[in-house]
Amino acid sequence: MEIEEVYSSEQLDRAEGEQIEALMARSQEPIPDPDEWLEEELKRNILLTSVDAMLDWARRSSMWTVVCFPACCAFEFIATAASRFDISRFGMEIIRASPRQADLMITAGTLTWKMAPQVKRIYDQMAEPKWVIAMGACAISGGIFRSSYSVVPGYNRIIPVDVYVPGCPPRPEALLYGIRMLQKKIAKISLVNQGR
Amino acid sequence: MTIALSGKEIAHQMEEKFPQSIIESSPEWLVVDRQFLLEVAAYLKKTPKLDFDYLAAITAVDYLDYFEVNYLLTSLRRNHSLVLKARCYGRDNPSLPSVVSLWRSADFQEREIYDLFGISFEGHPNLKRIVLWDGFQGHPLRKDYL
Repeated sequence: MEIEEVYSSEQLDRAEGEQIEALMARSQEPIPDPDEWLEEELKRNILLTSVDAMLDWARRSSMWTVVCFPACCAFEFIATAASRFDISRFGMEIIRASPRQADLMITAGTLTWKMAPQVKRIYDQMAEPKWVIAMGACAISGGIFRSSYSVVPGYNRIIPVDVYVPGCPPRPEALLYGIRMLQKKIAKISLVNQGR
Repeated sequence: MTIALSGKEIAHQMEEKFPQSIIESSPEWLVVDRQFLLEVAAYLKKTPKLDFDYLAAITAVDYLDYFEVNYLLTSLRRNHSLVLKARCYGRDNPSLPSVVSLWRSADFQEREIYDLFGISFEGHPNLKRIVLWDGFQGHPLRKDYL
């Protein structure tokens, strides 16, 4: 009989109610934000920089990649994007299906002449400023398919390339290094001479 | 496991039904004269004992003297298969009758062979390049393509 009383639903409800009441009673004031680590300057919200440095910082810190993955390098790109190598560290984990919302094209794969007009069109549809990383041997020069009748010998035949990442395919570390190179390149762009 | 029917045995049956229709045969395959190709194919498809209702693939080979087109046939109900071959001569305008009217799966496959080997299939409803673009010069899977 005693066991039945302990496990009755009425008793459980009451115990739950008491827990909630107790939590509510001790949570009447907000917990202060842990902001002791902030420097005095930041607290006063004053930062000094040039417009160039500010713009370049904003541009290089959140590059959005357009979908252009015609072949097997795409899998290294996927590995780069996933949690182990994690390009979200660079603020670029969003892969855009629309070129209008992207400013970086990572050309992960062999390009055939039949596909080339579409890739050119995607590049043209991207809004300025925009950059291109040629990823892998095929993107740089056509790779092992260079002498084929149907393969474009390098993306630079149809679109301007900013950074070349060699490898067949390049490991994610190599692609990340290429992304860092591009970031350094963007950091040097000036509003006055556009840097390119 | 799908049983591969003997080309020799089928060739024997075909010879009775369509005299002089078989050029060559082996335990693995049989080569049919191009003039009899459609009749033999229709017979293979429609005879209940053979019942080749499924065309798995068409492939082509360039032997320089002639092109050989292979039809890989399967019967899903009877679970057996057969390799049917046909040859066409000449490099300027080699041609074979189309089997699209029998097996719809031949549509894209024949277009691909037309594209890459330059073999035209008479009676195909939409014979144009499928992999390469319109205006491409030559047929890249031919042995003499450079």
